[in-house]
Parts: sequence; structure tokens; C-alpha cells
Amino acid sequence: MDFSFTEEQSMLRDTVASYLADHYAFDQRRAALASEPGWRPDVWKAFAEELGILGAPFAEDLGGLGGGPVESMIVMEEMGRALVVEPYLGTVVIGGGFLKHSGHPDAAALIGKIIAGEAIFAFAHAEPQARYSLADIKTTARKDSGSYVLNGHKAVVVGAPYATHLIVTARTDGGQRDAVGISVFIVPRGAAGVTTRDYPTVDGFRASEVHLENVRVGEEALVGPENHALPLIEKVVDEAIVATCAEACGVLRKLQEGTVEYTRQRKQFGQPISAFQVLQHRMVDMFIQLEQSVSMTYMATIKVTDEAERAKAASAAKVQIGKACRFVGQNAIQLHGGMGMTDEMAIGHYFKRATMIESAFGSVDHHLARYEFLSFGQAA
Amino acid sequence: MNLDFSAEENAFRAEVRAFIEGNYPAELRAKEAAGEPLAKADYLAWHKVLARKGWIAPSWPRELGGTDWTPTQKYIWSEELARADAQRILPFGVAMLAPVLYTFGTEEQKQRFLPGIYYGDVWWCQGYSEPGAGSDLASLKTRAERIKGDDGAEYYLVNGQKTWTTLAQFADWGFFLVRTDPDAKPQAGISFLLIDMKTPGITVRPIITLEGGHEVNDVFLDNVKVPVENRIFHENQGWTCAKALLAHERSGIAGVARSKQALGKLREIARTERSDSGGSLLGDAFFRRKVAELEIDLTALEFTELRTLADESSGKGPGPETSILKIKGTEIQQRLQELVLEAVGVYGAPFLRDLGHNAQIGPDYAAGVAGQMFNGRKTSIYGGSNEIQRNIIAKMVLGL
Repeated sequence: MDFSFTEEQSMLRDTVASYLADHYAFDQRRAALASEPGWRPDVWKAFAEELGILGAPFAEDLGGLGGGPVESMIVMEEMGRALVVEPYLGTVVIGGGFLKHSGHPDAAALIGKIIAGEAIFAFAHAEPQARYSLADIKTTARKDSGSYVLNGHKAVVVGAPYATHLIVTARTDGGQRDAVGISVFIVPRGAAGVTTRDYPTVDGFRASEVHLENVRVGEEALVGPENHALPLIEKVVDEAIVATCAEACGVLRKLQEGTVEYTRQRKQFGQPISAFQVLQHRMVDMFIQLEQSVSMTYMATIKVTDEAERAKAASAAKVQIGKACRFVGQNAIQLHGGMGMTDEMAIGHYFKRATMIESAFGSVDHHLARYEFLSFGQAA
Repeated sequence: MNLDFSAEENAFRAEVRAFIEGNYPAELRAKEAAGEPLAKADYLAWHKVLARKGWIAPSWPRELGGTDWTPTQKYIWSEELARADAQRILPFGVAMLAPVLYTFGTEEQKQRFLPGIYYGDVWWCQGYSEPGAGSDLASLKTRAERIKGDDGAEYYLVNGQKTWTTLAQFADWGFFLVRTDPDAKPQAGISFLLIDMKTPGITVRPIITLEGGHEVNDVFLDNVKVPVENRIFHENQGWTCAKALLAHERSGIAGVARSKQALGKLREIARTERSDSGGSLLGDAFFRRKVAELEIDLTALEFTELRTLADESSGKGPGPETSILKIKGTEIQQRLQELVLEAVGVYGAPFLRDLGHNAQIGPDYAAGVAGQMFNGRKTSIYGGSNEIQRNIIAKMVLGL
């Protein structure tokens, strides 16, 4: 049993943290998000070339750093601390995850491009009607003489405006909510028939409604088994959930620390408001929520590679993180008083990200239901 | 980062499991199963088995009888004790007084008192709280004046009242905080005394708690003569001992292994009980949600405890963060007790204490659950209330 980090892992954390401290200050981030293209290709280039972190969880023979979930956790936590919007999750964790696990013939080449910063992925999975169900898919992929023809509408595809490739889930068989009949495709963002309606999200990302109209891709676009890709999707989404939990730990840490700092400076009734016990206890409860979230993130990071435990661990962690995001985020704003309501203070931006993480890849209710099923069996 | 146990650790687990199975007192097991009240000897039977084995005081220094187990081994040990539903070892001597003795006591005091603690020959109680000194323990008023006895020796003459003294009705000796300097600042005038409970002037009066049990007592001290050599550490510096004791009291307070056992029982009960619609209660959408949330909360606590354990292994002592373990641990224990009570439905109501445990009213698993829930409210109050724990985190961790 060991909860310590190796020297390499600690160095990885320091490298990412110090780069982001120098290049990703709150004002720099704010200015970049307010102008086009709404993200920073120079930062992405630095991730690839200066820091090498786009290869963190890939094997060394693929050109990566030979890390795994722990390395992803470290990077994502630092991304959370700095509210990074660049598509690490979509590209390295999700795009890289599908490639790693699928045994796709082009996987090595594409992972090489990810590590080099040349390929950027967005996960075009959710649909307007599906809520958080991974099997609810109306988008179709019809086989047609050595190729597939895709039609459908993918909702709120985060990072799509700056992606080079889309990971598209589609029905090759079965009905809308069937577990069987789902397949995964890699579709170039610029393929004929792909149209997007781009927009910013409330937490600073750019996303798109993606419409696929008779998009024709070759057989090599298929990732993983035809018709039987749902387990692969679940696995990669669980990995994305665990990585998002790590990001949340960084966000929550900033919310908690920022609130302690603010209440020590803010004076009312002739004293710092941090002297009031009712606020102290609130901040202790925020701290407990944060520490319990860190614990659950460690738990899920360790168990995500264990096929028997993975799903339950990811859902349990997401439940804790979802609750903590709400409690810590809302109380951070409350304790900042009116200042917490302003756009100029960083705290509100952390709150907005925390709130979006609450429902990312499934809300607290969704993951409680999934956990219950895995732990107790079917409801009566 | 990994959760793997080494081959040695797995062998250790097998060894302690086999020992518990083979050596847990059968008579005690029978009484526990039947819910019969325990006599003084019953509380010490398992203690004595462990003392003979050399496993009664794992945390003590090796030369005094400690086991030199790693934090991981101690964790495995507590897991196995919980798994076997083994009786809790009384903490007063082994876990509370002994660390004060071997840290602050003289060689003579250690030799005089540690063996009785180790072998379970002397039952200790804790004389800390007073009617006017609970969370604000340093405001205690029990007075100890230095006098010369008729025999020419020096004594403390102790007068005052202690309260919430757990199981004092069985105690042979007690460790007491008393005020030796009424003019000093509250923390500065306190001394730590060991008092023979048979000394004239001591009266123990039961306090019956709301579930009907006799667990705690008032202890009155009326001109009780205590030899000065029974004082631990310097006069007026007893607060140093008290603080050290509280730090020891907190380790293991999360009770994760016990709560996991209790959760397993809750699930069994909920599978057996019926919901309003006739299915199992564990299939009921609302009830299972509460159980799931609790299970997840307990997992988070378990990993928070594992993190503090890892800190300990790497040489960092348990910090004030352990207050989290006390707060969350007791909240979870209480939540478990209330969900069990909720699960048994109408059979939570019968008060069976005086009918005996074989009253055969309602299902066996419902007997006593209301009492346990009522009694369990103490956990967020004792050992520094959960509000005091929040003060500790605010001050020591957040720097407020």
C-alpha cells in the first residue's frame, strides 16, 4: 500500500505547475478567452514541445513518458488549479484512450501526432435526447460498399471548434437505447458533411453542436469492435471521469484556499471576518469536502485499471466530487460576499467550472443510480 | 501509488485472522450473541488473551511490550478485529494512560503501573470532565491541596466532582486532572494524579443514559488523600500530559473497519425487510439511495484514513487533519445507526432491556437498535465535540 508519488511524478507536477504559473495567470486566461480563437495554440505547442505532457500517459515505445492514470491525475489537477481550457481531456485522455484500448492499426501513428501536438480530438458522443445515458444513440452509421455513411446530431461537443478529429459514436445496428449495435469512428473535423455551430460555454470552453450529414468515412475510421463498442466507451468515459475528478480537486483547492485568504483580509465590525466562528466552521466543512474528494480521486485513480472495480470506483468518486463542487463552490461565493458576484475576481470563474464539473459525464443522481446498480443490483 | 499488500502483509493477515478465530473466548462470544449483560471479567477476557499473546499494546515502545508493527500491519489488525466482531479493548489503560506513563512518568511509576495495564489486572477510568468543564476542560475546578499526613509523608487532599466517567463502577484506579494552583492561568495550574478508587472519600454514582444503560458515572471526591508520588510529571504541568493523551485518543477514531461491518449488516437487514410496495427495502429507490450515499461517504473516509496512515509510515506524525477522521467517522457511525433503526420499521419501538434478549419480539436484528442509536449520539460529543474538532482544524490547519 503506497500513497506517495515517485520523484518523476513530483517533477511532472512541478513542471506543469510552474509553467502554468508563468504563462496561464488569471488575466492572461481571461484575455485569451475573450478573443479569437478562444484558446491558446501557443500553450498547446508548449505542452507538446517544452513540457512533453501530451505524452504523459502513453507508453515509451509510442513516444510517451510511460505513465498512466497517476500521471493523468497529476496533470489534470494542475489544469484545474489554473482553469486550463486547452483540450487535454478530449485529446490525451479520451482520444488517446480510445486509440490505446482499441488496437486500431493507426493507433501508434495517431498517438504520435497527439504527443507532438498535431492531432486534437473532441468527443462527439452526447445527443440532445440522451441526457447521460451512454447507450442512447440515434446517430447512424450505414455500411456502404467499403465505407460508412454517418448521419446525426451530437450535442455540446466540448473542444470541437479547435479539434482536428472527432470521436463519433454511432449506431451500426439496434434500436436507440440498445446496448448492442454501437460503434465508434474517427472522423476528420473537416470531412465533407460535417457542419458545426460553435459557441462558448459558461465555464470558458468552446463547444459545438455537430451535425453529420451523409459523412462518408473509410473502414479504417472504425475504432474498436463494430456493434460492440459500448464497453470500450464506458471504459474510456470512466477514465475521463477519474481525470475530471482530478481536475476538480485542483479547482476545489483554489476555491477553498481563495476563500480562507479572502476572509482573512476582509474586515467588518472592526475585525477580519475569518474571526467569526460561523465562517470558520463553514470553511472547515469546505476543507473536509475537499480532502474527501482528494481521497476519492486517489481511490478511483488506483482502481481505474482494475476492470472489476473500475465502474463502481468512477461513479463513487464522481458522486463525492459532484457534491463537493456544489458545496465548496457555492460557499466560496457566499463567503466572498458581493465580491464573489463580480466577473473580475477569479473565484467566480472557479465556481463556474466547479458547477459544470458537477454534471460532466453524469450528474450526482446519475452516478448514484449507477453505483446502486453495481453495488446492490437491480431496484425492485 | 498502489493498494497492494506485500506477501509479508498478506501472511500477517492470515496469521492474525487464524489467531482471532482460534483464541476468541467462547464464553464471551456466547454472551455477546445472546445480548447478555457483561460482568467485569467479561470485559477483560479477550484483553488477557491478547496480553498473553503479546498483542495487547501494538503501539507501545517495543521494550515495554509493543509489537513494532508498521502502520499497515496495525491497519490490517484493526480490520481483522472488526471482521471478527471482536470486543473492543477498553482504551483507558492501554491506549490512554499508558502513553502518558511511558512519556512522562518516572522509572518507578512505569514499573509500578504499566504491567497492571498490560495484563488487564487493573481497571482504569478517566477523571477529566466536570459538571462545569466539558469542552472547556481547562476550566476544571477539582482542587488538590498539598498537605502533610499524620505519617509525615506528603499528600494531595483532593475535593471536587468528576462526571461522565465511563465504567467507573468497575474501576480499580483512575487518572485525574486536578487543580493544584488556583491562581495560575487555567492550563498552568493543573496536575495529573493517579488515584486508587478504593481510597476513602470517593463515591461513584451511576448516570443512566437515555437508552437506559449504565455506562457513565459521577465521581465525587471528598477529602481524598493521594500520595504525592502518584503525580505524573511536574506539579502544575498536567495539561501537557492531558494534551498528549488526547492526541493518542484520536488515532483510530475513524472506526472505518467497524463501520464497514455495520454497513454489511445494514444491507442484510435491508434485503430482509420489505418496502411499502412489497419488494426488498434495499430495492426501494429512496432507501437504497441513502445506503449508497453512506457507502460512498465511508469509502472517502477510508481513503482519507489510508492517506494519514501513509503519512505516518513516511515518518510524518498524525497531524491535526486527524480531526477530519473524528468528525466524519462519528457522523458515519451515527448515520449507520439511524438507517438501521429506520430499516427495522415498527420493531424499533419495543424496549427489551428488562425482558432479556430472548424476548422474541420482532426480528432478532431489531433488538436494541434504537438503544444503540440513542447511545451513539455520544460519539459526536465525546473526545472533543465535533464543533471543537472544527475549531481545531480552523486554527491548526487553516490558520484562522
